[in-house]
Amino acid sequence: MQLRTKTKLFCSCATSFGAEPNTQVCPVCMGLPGALPVVNAHAVRLAALAGLALEARIHPVSRFDRKHYFYPDLPKGYQISQFFHPLCQGGRLVIQTGAGPKVVGITRIHMEEDAGKLLHGGEAGSLLDLNRCGVPLIEIVTDPDIAGPQEACAYLRKLRAVLTCAGVSDCRMNEGSLRCDVNLSLRKPGALLGVRTEIKNLNSFQSVERAIWAEAARQAEALRRGEPILRETRRFDPVTGRTYAMRMKESTQEYCFFPEPDLPPVLLRPETVKDLRASLPILPDARTERFMTVFGLSPYVAEQLTQRRWLADYFEETACLAHNPVSVANILLGEVFALLKARQGEETDGIPVAPRRLAALSDLVSGGQVNSSAGKRILAALFEEDFEPWEYARSFDLLLLREERALREAVSRALEENPAMVAAYRGGKSSVEQALMGKAMALTGGKAEPEMLKKLLREALQEQTT
Amino acid sequence: METWRTICAMPLVELCKRLGNGQLSSVEITGAYLASIGAQNSSLNAYVDVYDQEALAQAKASDARRRAGQALSPLDGIPMAVKDNILVKDRRCTCASRMLQDFIAPYDATVIGRLRTAGMVLLGKLNMDEFAMGSSTQTSLYGPVRNPWDLKRSAGGSSGGSGATVAAGMAPCALGSDTGGSVLQPASHCGVVGVRPAYGTVSRYGLVAFASSLDQIGPLCKSAYDAALVMNVIAGADSKDATSREDLAVDFLAEMNNPVSLEGRIFGLPRECWEPESGLSPVVFHGLTEALSRWQSLGARLVRVSLPSLTRAAWAYDLLSSAQAASNLARYDGVRYGHRSGDYRNLGEMYRHSRGEGFGPEVKRRLILGAAVLEGGNSPVSYAGAQRIRKALFREASDVLESCDGLLMPVVPTLARSLEGKEDSVPSLCRGDRFGVPAGLTGLPAVSLPCAQDRSGLPMGMGLMGKRENLPRLLAMAYAYERAFPMAEGTRPHDLGWKGGERHEA
Repeated sequence: MQLRTKTKLFCSCATSFGAEPNTQVCPVCMGLPGALPVVNAHAVRLAALAGLALEARIHPVSRFDRKHYFYPDLPKGYQISQFFHPLCQGGRLVIQTGAGPKVVGITRIHMEEDAGKLLHGGEAGSLLDLNRCGVPLIEIVTDPDIAGPQEACAYLRKLRAVLTCAGVSDCRMNEGSLRCDVNLSLRKPGALLGVRTEIKNLNSFQSVERAIWAEAARQAEALRRGEPILRETRRFDPVTGRTYAMRMKESTQEYCFFPEPDLPPVLLRPETVKDLRASLPILPDARTERFMTVFGLSPYVAEQLTQRRWLADYFEETACLAHNPVSVANILLGEVFALLKARQGEETDGIPVAPRRLAALSDLVSGGQVNSSAGKRILAALFEEDFEPWEYARSFDLLLLREERALREAVSRALEENPAMVAAYRGGKSSVEQALMGKAMALTGGKAEPEMLKKLLREALQEQTT
Repeated sequence: METWRTICAMPLVELCKRLGNGQLSSVEITGAYLASIGAQNSSLNAYVDVYDQEALAQAKASDARRRAGQALSPLDGIPMAVKDNILVKDRRCTCASRMLQDFIAPYDATVIGRLRTAGMVLLGKLNMDEFAMGSSTQTSLYGPVRNPWDLKRSAGGSSGGSGATVAAGMAPCALGSDTGGSVLQPASHCGVVGVRPAYGTVSRYGLVAFASSLDQIGPLCKSAYDAALVMNVIAGADSKDATSREDLAVDFLAEMNNPVSLEGRIFGLPRECWEPESGLSPVVFHGLTEALSRWQSLGARLVRVSLPSLTRAAWAYDLLSSAQAASNLARYDGVRYGHRSGDYRNLGEMYRHSRGEGFGPEVKRRLILGAAVLEGGNSPVSYAGAQRIRKALFREASDVLESCDGLLMPVVPTLARSLEGKEDSVPSLCRGDRFGVPAGLTGLPAVSLPCAQDRSGLPMGMGLMGKRENLPRLLAMAYAYERAFPMAEGTRPHDLGWKGGERHEA
């Protein structure tokens, strides 16, 4: 995944996404003659932070190595990576599966630079954009602990939650700041790990899931037929839903690793690691716990809110201003998310409503001062402009009527106007109560607070029967 | 009115003095050197590009600064030339290769920036072995550089153009690059002083990389004092080069100005270089041994020492430098710059044909060797194995240097090679490189100092190597020797009224 730095790993070019092609380049990231890499210290710190967030061991001394292969998007003919001495080793991430929590082990985390982008097709042939070349990445390799597509996606979602929370990466698959290669093998229960294939170029959670299904099915069929599985690299085609072997040349590479002579070893002092550890914000699991104990949320609701740091922060701020945190959570996960999805799609990172406004709205709803459809209307309006919800409700006549005298009047009239229903009630048909509620409610123009109205209606009916 | 010959015979320090007191202007000096180049370069083939107009413009600007009392440095207005593997913005940087024949550098190397900040004038770019791989400039796209002492001989390499230029008075000083002796050896063959600074002294940013952990830029000059002046301009840590070091940028004149004496100094002579089996030719052995007695006559004590890893040094150097070269030259693929073949049907062919056409045979030999080394993993013929030899040599040299002021050793086992025979790269794989290689492998500083001439006047250099931080002292000691035993008047090419055609018969 891409680290959230302003500049590239070995030069001071900008890393922002979406710039005009070849405008964020310099001699270093273009691999011009005579250019030399210099390490971006902030990138190293973020990589170490990732390791800490994943409970990995941070090596105080690590090294960069050159990984050689020829491809037009790799200007130097080698990628500067970490092969022999990665920054972090060992680590874990707990995911929720159908059968309960499961630990996914992390083998290693290392830093490397990104390659450029090749755009194929068209009359000009292939076009090369080097803006992305040199952007800092970390590669996180798991132990072979993941048992299927759902676990894979749960792992990716959790990884995204933890590392966005730690501020390490934006983890946006659609922007390429989170990418995934899948290594997959099959085996009979109790047997040793089978031969694995690697599937590359997966750029959405959906593709990851589908690719795993497709490859598992392919390998199963091959094994059934007695054919061996080849250790190869494959790519997934989202259109056909199948995996295809990449040309042998692309997959059997001799990378000729050797230590990068232009860079000294990466040194991380214990004090720096200590400071980084202290700077880690509260991570999703711990925050979920907190939301459950402090705010009384259910485990499912709490976990949903801690998936994104901005969402957890927003919830916390709002809940502290409101009377009923559960109500806040429900509004967030329900109506707010629905509105966000309609407007911004999947990858949103903020709510255009100030926390104190949402808190006020939540109080109106949980306090029974507006009904849920009024609440939806107020919320939609808050997305467009800022105002005090109570004022809005009052001026648009959305406040529920709670004035006892008025309600009693409505109840009395409802009973008066519907003697047949009253008689039916007295005769034992209690289901009539619902209809009488409807009549009373209509008399208030639909504005009565339902609970109060029901209570008063019941009282009145009791009186009638005695 | 000085003729160009007179001006071009002056050492750098003399030119600085005359610029300082107004006896000469930068325009006069630059004009003299341009005339020198005009008269001699067609025979010597040392310059690949000459920056006539730009140099004169820079000289004019320098004179204006001096008149306004705003000289940028003592060397403001002094012209110099650089090897054509050092990038100068908006100018060709060819590395004497078809691969970069039309490549225009989009930025200045850090050393060029430092030359500009000092106000120096750039005369042009100098011929070299292709991508700095070779020891005679016979691999150059532009043909070899001829030795000013004998046009039938090579000026050495890979910084042959730099050596010949200074020897013939076509620049008062020149920058070369040294990986395994590429500054030291041409300095020796051309009878000038060559300096290979300790690794990390001079920034490599903008030097086309050959072997990243071995390359250093160094000056070639007429004297050790001149070299110290130039070192003061080019040395310095650079934020763009992570291998450059703060602690090596000192005042290289620091030890010059105190009375410099060799009295009581101890010099180690590694037996692996001086014994008969080392491959020293009798002429060189004889010449340098006489030079050693001259060192002793100045009070120096000579002791025999041993650096056992020297016998495997050339081998380790070949493996390491080839492996790093294969890696560093991977970027020349015809995709973004440089030579791209006109004949290809797919990506693989584009790579193969572009590189096949762009690189000469010596470069290809080294790339193939390098790739084999990198694939070798942990085998003895491997990168890791060569690194071990390198570390051992460094330990041995460091131990020995604890008890002496420096090491004295031959720079090249033979005189300058004749250009008439076939180019033969095999010697570079043999003991021949034993001498130029130790400084590069250990990263320790070294100076090549003209110390002797054969009967016909062909020069040979003595190598002086010391501890990492001791280059100022090495230069001072070299200066003490050269002041006591200057090359005989009337024997240097530019003394000879040399028109660029004949060799003086002794």
